Amino acid sequence: MRIYDPHIHMTSRTTDDYARMYSAGVRAVTEPAFWLGQPRTNVGSFCDYFDSLLGWERFRAAQYGIKHHCTIALNPKEANDPRCVEVLELLPRYLAKDGVVAVGEVGFDSMTDDEEKVFARQLELAGEHDLPVLVHTPHRDKAAGTRRTLELVAASGLPPERVLVDHLNETTVAMVADSGCWMGFSVYPDTKMDEHRMVRILADRGLERMIVNSAADWGHSDPLKTVATGRAMLEHGFTAADVDRVLWQNPVDFYGQSGRLLLDDDTTATGPTATFEGNSVLRGQRPSGQED
Amino acid sequence: MNTMIDHAAPHLDDAARARLAELVEELSAQPGKISGVFPAVGRTVARGPSDPADPDGLRTPRLEDEARAVLLQAVAAAWRSEPDRFATELAALYRFGDADEKRGVLRALPTLNIGTSGLPIVADALRTNDLRLIAAAMGPYAAEHLDGDSWRQGVLKCLFVGVPLEAVADLHRRTDAELARMVADYAAERGAAGRSVPSDAWLVLNHGDAGAEKEN
Repeated sequence: MRIYDPHIHMTSRTTDDYARMYSAGVRAVTEPAFWLGQPRTNVGSFCDYFDSLLGWERFRAAQYGIKHHCTIALNPKEANDPRCVEVLELLPRYLAKDGVVAVGEVGFDSMTDDEEKVFARQLELAGEHDLPVLVHTPHRDKAAGTRRTLELVAASGLPPERVLVDHLNETTVAMVADSGCWMGFSVYPDTKMDEHRMVRILADRGLERMIVNSAADWGHSDPLKTVATGRAMLEHGFTAADVDRVLWQNPVDFYGQSGRLLLDDDTTATGPTATFEGNSVLRGQRPSGQED
Repeated sequence: MNTMIDHAAPHLDDAARARLAELVEELSAQPGKISGVFPAVGRTVARGPSDPADPDGLRTPRLEDEARAVLLQAVAAAWRSEPDRFATELAALYRFGDADEKRGVLRALPTLNIGTSGLPIVADALRTNDLRLIAAAMGPYAAEHLDGDSWRQGVLKCLFVGVPLEAVADLHRRTDAELARMVADYAAERGAAGRSVPSDAWLVLNHGDAGAEKEN
């Protein structure tokens, strides 16, 4: 089973997670820029975070044989803080970079006017930078938020096949299916969606434009939920090719629209002795034969 | 324009040169677009080592470094009458650059006629422990402008982190007795710990002045 986790916040995860993910078949990930739990209070905090998604985290993933991509955006939650909104001026510099495969996560948190303004502006930026969009749908009032999301996407003029609407469930999937956008599902230990419900949705609706992720982050979550979904699909009677379609080919097709996937890239430093800005993940250990 | 490309980007193939020439034309008319053009060079022009034996571009510019230098020269020329504007943008390209873009700025510095205003960029690169940036920082711009103390510390850092001294421009010309002493002390410390000394340390230790000083 080869897996592309199309939504996972590796910044919040340990090297043990990377090792477990690799041994379970995860070979590529996309890490969307999002809220960190602790609110940011200035634009510089965003820049350092974006730099780390493009630099240190890509390097750290490579140490474990995993290709790391990211999406860049001002997230909906912090779109309400005037101290953070100025980061929109700097986004174009980041949206031009290699390995940035979408604008995201954008969308709604509390459905405020400020959120809507920032969301609409970032849909424009996606058009200007020829990038797909990853949309977060809200935890509260999800159906209304999803409906308004689809209205804004339609008004933006972006082709729906370049938009992935994430964190869906049984109550929101139909309207996204009808819109032509991609449908994302975050499979969590307790909330949002579990692997068995996920399999039923796939059985009902087919595999086209379907995206499954772990959305693992700093909260209660599990980076192997993609794998669990693959197993549940096989148990249900889906073929290995079906599993590959959902867990690898679909995310590659969606993010591949950016033209910036690094899957065949040979420029990323790899191997356990490599360093990033002098930091290795080895904490002073040296593989045998390397001691000088 | 083609002369500039031939001179600054000799390793690009014809297709890459043609794409680069288009970007130069675009930036000559609208230099402000460099903020979006510069990061994308690996995709839009070329990417890869110019010398296969130097994949990380420690001793030689990579293809994208050559292309980025040409673009920066074009923007510097377009903003000839507004040098402060160019300096501000150059600093921003470095600040917001990923490691490849930062290396591109560092490699271009000696071609931009900016006097000593690029020194903060060199200082930043030498504060990192990123081999790619340290190597690029110790190029001809540092050889010409970096003060003695900082330059010697830069050379020592190269030895320490594993940047080959071939990456240091004008090593022979700028090596002095003080650097030879620093490297000799470093070698002694390594020896005391039972560790090997990088073989290129001898490029500095053999410096004539050092021998003379030692015998005094």
